[in-house]
Order: sequence, then structure tokens, then C-alpha cells
Amino acid sequence: MTSDKSFYEFISNGVPGPEQKVGADNAILPARKLAFSRFKELGLPTIKTEEWRYTNIQRYLKDAFTLAQEEQGTVTADQLKAASIPQLDSYRAVLVNGRLQADLSVLPSEGKITVSKLSDAAGNPQLQAWFDKHPHLQSQPFAALNAALFADGLFIEAGTNATLDKPLHIIHVYTASTNAFIQPRHLVILHKSATLEVIESAVGINDNAITFVNAVTEVVLEENAELWHYNIQNTVKNSRHIHNTSATQKADSRYHHFNFTLPSAELTRNNLSVALTGSNTETNLHGLYLATGTQHVDNHTFVDHLVPNCNSNELYKGVLLDDANGVFTGRIHVNVDAQKTNAFQQNNNLLMSEKANINSQPQLEIFADDVKCSHGFTVGRFSEEALFYLRSRGIGAEAAKSLLVNAFAFDITDQVHIPALQDFLAEKIRQYVAGAINN
Amino acid sequence: MLTIKNLHAEVDGKQILKGINLEIRKGEMHAIMGPNGSGKSSLSSVLAGRENYTVTQGEVIFEGKNLLDMSPEDRAREGLFMAFQYPVEIPGVSNLHFLKTALNEIRAYHSLPALESKEFLKLTKEKQQLVDFNANLMNRSLNEGFSGGEKKRNEVFQLAMLDPKLAILDETDSGLDIDALRIVAAGVNKLRSADKAFMVITHYQRLLEYIVPDFVHVLYNGQIVKTGTKELALELEEKGYDWLKEEVHQKESV
Ligand SMILES: Nc1ncnc2c1ncn2[C@@H]1O[C@H](COP(=O)(O)OP(=O)(O)O)[C@@H](O)[C@H]1O
Ligand SMILES: [Mg+2]
Repeated sequence: MTSDKSFYEFISNGVPGPEQKVGADNAILPARKLAFSRFKELGLPTIKTEEWRYTNIQRYLKDAFTLAQEEQGTVTADQLKAASIPQLDSYRAVLVNGRLQADLSVLPSEGKITVSKLSDAAGNPQLQAWFDKHPHLQSQPFAALNAALFADGLFIEAGTNATLDKPLHIIHVYTASTNAFIQPRHLVILHKSATLEVIESAVGINDNAITFVNAVTEVVLEENAELWHYNIQNTVKNSRHIHNTSATQKADSRYHHFNFTLPSAELTRNNLSVALTGSNTETNLHGLYLATGTQHVDNHTFVDHLVPNCNSNELYKGVLLDDANGVFTGRIHVNVDAQKTNAFQQNNNLLMSEKANINSQPQLEIFADDVKCSHGFTVGRFSEEALFYLRSRGIGAEAAKSLLVNAFAFDITDQVHIPALQDFLAEKIRQYVAGAINN
Repeated sequence: MLTIKNLHAEVDGKQILKGINLEIRKGEMHAIMGPNGSGKSSLSSVLAGRENYTVTQGEVIFEGKNLLDMSPEDRAREGLFMAFQYPVEIPGVSNLHFLKTALNEIRAYHSLPALESKEFLKLTKEKQQLVDFNANLMNRSLNEGFSGGEKKRNEVFQLAMLDPKLAILDETDSGLDIDALRIVAAGVNKLRSADKAFMVITHYQRLLEYIVPDFVHVLYNGQIVKTGTKELALELEEKGYDWLKEEVHQKESV
């Protein structure tokens, strides 16, 4: 399915529904059909849509794209190496254009943990119970479009008390040689007291064509489960990304989400939302975005306190260079019954050029009275005085800037519990600063 | 070691240094005094390479090289050190990591290998004792939340660690109580040697009782208006600066 001209037009009016699809995942066809009609009702956003005010999505969808459902690509060992994180000891699930490639992957053999193609698990009752059910996805057109027409993705299930000896690294490789619209979809379910560390990263190997990724990840944490979830956005410049991540947390569960947007895609829009449906939960949302050139990075987060005694803590930091544009919207909803809620939110930005720009806004909707909530927003420029101080001690301009950016990002990177990942991020920051100086 | 000739500099279009001439030789201790706003910090800033100052005339030769052509980091690597009047707080950069980076960049500039962690820690311990710098501050963020006195001691500690040829101390004594002043002065005296030089900027004669200068210069209105020996400092302590200001104005009107 290819749009001739504007994909926005095509997707709004011309795109055929999921009935066209036949295959292994027929068991979820009814859910797809529901999603498709939801998508038709919602329609694509415009800049008049409140949630998309600062991100003109029409602009990024005006090109022609192929709605890639069956595309297979090949990946060489070198390309795979480029996508890996040095020194990281992990299991590995390699997805090429959204499809799991068993031959390139090293999956855990732990019996209580399943990592499979989502299409292969379509008949699984757990999948049937949770697929596309997250309440926050219901109002999001791109999530509905994904549910209706996604190609494939991963189904990850960890049984009661299950755990892995090392993280699972999901590597997305995008190979399209002509403009492609790719929709991966994951469902991650951790049963009671299971724990898991998941790192997701993406690499594009073709900068001649535009890759548009519209991804959805649903996360379900049953009682006392704990998930460390790292999302590293580090693909080619010529790509555009919408990531929808929606988690449901039951009682006593812990969700640690990290989002790192590195200098790469021209558009990144992250919709991260967490519904707290059981009490005594802990939610930590950490974000770091480093943007250069004309990159546009938009983080929309939503923490939904539905029940009492839950703790959420959110810290997003951004460093913006050149003409980069940042958006942060942090929505916190505290239900009338959700007493003893602790909800904190902070967004700090460092603008390293005159033209870089940030729009940041908290959205607090607090209906309970016995709660502790706070939010804050700062935007600062690079301290010339600090830079001079470091240089006056013999530290070169580049190393000094790198020290300062690292220092700014420290409270985020310090929370990363995987040393190889910390090193990887430090190196990325170093490259970012070096690039900034050489420009 | 350092020759300053007819140095003029401005900041934000305002002329601050108006023809400074100064010669500092190896082994010498020079004190610079003068009323507030006369340009003492500006002089040290221009020497260290602070970018908002523009040199409009004159030259500075440091160890045979044109200092004004160098970046701030290269000046430091060539052996110039300035202890800041107002040290900067840098949250998130640990004191120790900062010093190690600085030391190793200076070493790399001189084609020396980076110090092993062990050697570095040994050096740190030794220099820390020299200025009685609180070891607990080492792992903290650079100057963050330090008291005024702790910041000044940290400057002298860095000076001891980096071991420059020429050290400029910009009012390192202000904000120190008498005990701290003695310790800092004793530290500086231990660092004095025949092949090093110091330029100590101070408001008070007090410091010069502990660090005895070879020369005392008075900076006023962007120029060195008087040079003498340590007795000049005593005279200034007694009489203040007004008599000097009058002398200068009389000269100007002639
Ligand atoms: N950034 C600046 N812009 C304008 N004037 C400045 C700036 N920095 C210093 N000055 C001025 O330069 C003069 C000398 O200041 P300074 O060198 O700090 O003197 P001192 O250290 O002797 O007290 C003062 O009149 C001060 O106001
Ligand atoms: Mg001063």
C-alpha cells in the first residue's frame, strides 16, 4: 500500500482497513477492526489539536510513504554491530523493520520467560486480554492506526517470580530504501513478582529514504512486578518517530522508564503514559534529550493516579543546540480517591544556542486533597563563567563543554543501573558536544 | 618570565586597562594593590584569557611566547594559573574528576602519559595536607555549597596540584579568617621556588606579613601608578589610597 502523494491525505481517507490482512495473527483481527474504526473516528491530529499544538505532524506526513507490512530486509553483521552497545552483556532480540529475526537474535531459554513474535502469540489468552486495552491509548489516533495495521513486534511475557540474569536488548533495524511507514508493536506482561530489564534501541541503515516509525509498546505489571525499561532513540537523521508507550501498574509494582533521545531523527514524539491501578506503586520516569540541527523532540507524559498511596517521580532534561526545538508536556492526574499520592515532576533545559527553543508545560489535574505534588521547569543557557573556569585549568573547550553537559545530565545517567549503558551514554554525550563544537 | 608592555584592554566598550607595564622574573613575588574597581581582576582576567575582554593595544610575553594569542587552556598548559576572586560553583562535576582531567590534559600537552590513579591519589593527599583542604570536599561537586573560605582553599589546592610556573592569586585572602589566612600563606610559601613566580592581588597589607613580596605595585584607574618594596604596602595601610589618587590627578592636570 503506497500513497502517491501526501501520506497524510492517504491515511486520512484512502487507507484500506485491516480486513485485507490475513496471516498468523487472525486471532486479533476483531481488535484490529475495532481500532481501525476508532482511528476513523479520531482522525489525524492537526495543529489545532491541543495535544499536537507544538508539533505540526502534517508537515512530517506530507511525503509519500509505503505502508510497509510485508517488507523484509537483510542486515549484515557490521550493521548489527553498529547497532549494538559496546560491552553490554545481554540477550538480544533483533527486529528488522519490526519483525523478529530469530537467526540474528539470542533469546533467553529461561522457561518462564517468553520472547516471541507478537503475531505468533496472537492466540495467547494473556495477549487477548491486554492487547490494545490500555485506557490511554483509546484517544490516540496514532496508537489506533498502529493497532489496526501494525506489521509485527514482540510479545514478552514473564511468569510469576520470573527473572533474567541479564537485560534483554531489543534492537530495531530499519532498512527501507524507499520512504516507508513502519509500525512495530510490543506487548510486555510481567506477572506477579517478576522482574526484567529491557533496553530498546533503533538503528537506520539507509539515509536516502525517509523512515517513519509509529510504534506502540504496552506494558502490564502485575502485583509486585518490576520493570527497568530503557528506550534509546538513536537512528538516522532522515527518520521520524512517534512512540507510544503505555503501562499499567498493579499494586506494589515498580516501573522505571528511561527515555534517551540522542541527536538523530528529525522528528521524535513520545507519548509515555502510566495508569496506576493498584496502590503502593513506584513510578520513575527519566528522560534526556539532546537535539541538534533542526531536530524536533516532543515528550508528552501522563501519570494517572487512580488509587491511593502511589508514588511517581519524573525528571526530564534537555540540551538543545542550533535550531533544535523541544516540547515537554507533563500531565499528572490525581483521582478524587487517590489520597496520599506523591507526584513530582521536573523539566530542566539547557539551551546552547540563541535559536534553540523549548515549550514546556505541566498539566496538573488534582482532585484529591491529601496529596503531595510538585512540578518545576527551568531553562538556562550554558554558563560561560563555568566554561572559562574549567578552561583556565587547562581543560580544552571541547572537554570542558562535555564535562558541563555530562554534569547537567548526571542526575539522569546516574540512575541507569547498567554500567555498559552508562558508558555508552557518556560517549554519546561526548560525541554530541564534539559535533556541536565542530559545527 | 612575564613581560607586559603597554597593555590596554576594554570590556563592553569600556576602557579598563590603560597601559600596564610590568616585568616578572623567575623566583619573584609581586604584590598588586589598589582600590576597588581599579582593574586588578581585569588584569588577571586578561592574562588568563577571559573572552569578554578585548585587548586594544600592547603585548604580553610569557616564557618567550605571545600569551595573548593563546586560548585560556593553552595558557594554563604553558604554566599560567589564576586563582579566582570568585570561584565558580559547578554542580555535577566532581572536584576530583575535574582535577584529574585538568592535570592529565596539561600532561598530554607536554607529551606526558596520564597519571595512574594511584599516583594521582598520592599527589592529591600530599597537596591536600599542604593547604589543609578538607578531604570530604574532594568528592563533592566543584565548589558547590562550599563556604567562602573553602572555595579559596580549593583554589590554592588546585594551584598546588597543577604546579604552574606563574600563579596569579586574585584576592585569595579576602573572606579568610586569620587562621585560614596563615595556612594558605604557609602553603603558598612552600610552593615558592627559584623557577616560579607569583602575582598576588590583595587589598590588605595583612597577607603580605605572611607572604613577603619582592615588589609592590599600586594599580589605579587601569595603570600602575607606583611601584615599591614591601614598605610601600605598609605606607598604604597607614595612609590609604587617597594621597596616591591625588598625586595621579595632579600629574594628569599638569
Ligand atoms: N563585564 C564588565 N562590564 C563593564 N565593566 C566592567 C566589567 N567587568 C569589570 N568592569 C569594570 O572594570 C573596572 C575594574 O574592575 P575590576 O577589574 O574588577 O577591579 P578590581 O579587581 O581592582 O576591584 C570597574 O570599574 C568595573 O566596574
Ligand atoms: Mg577584583
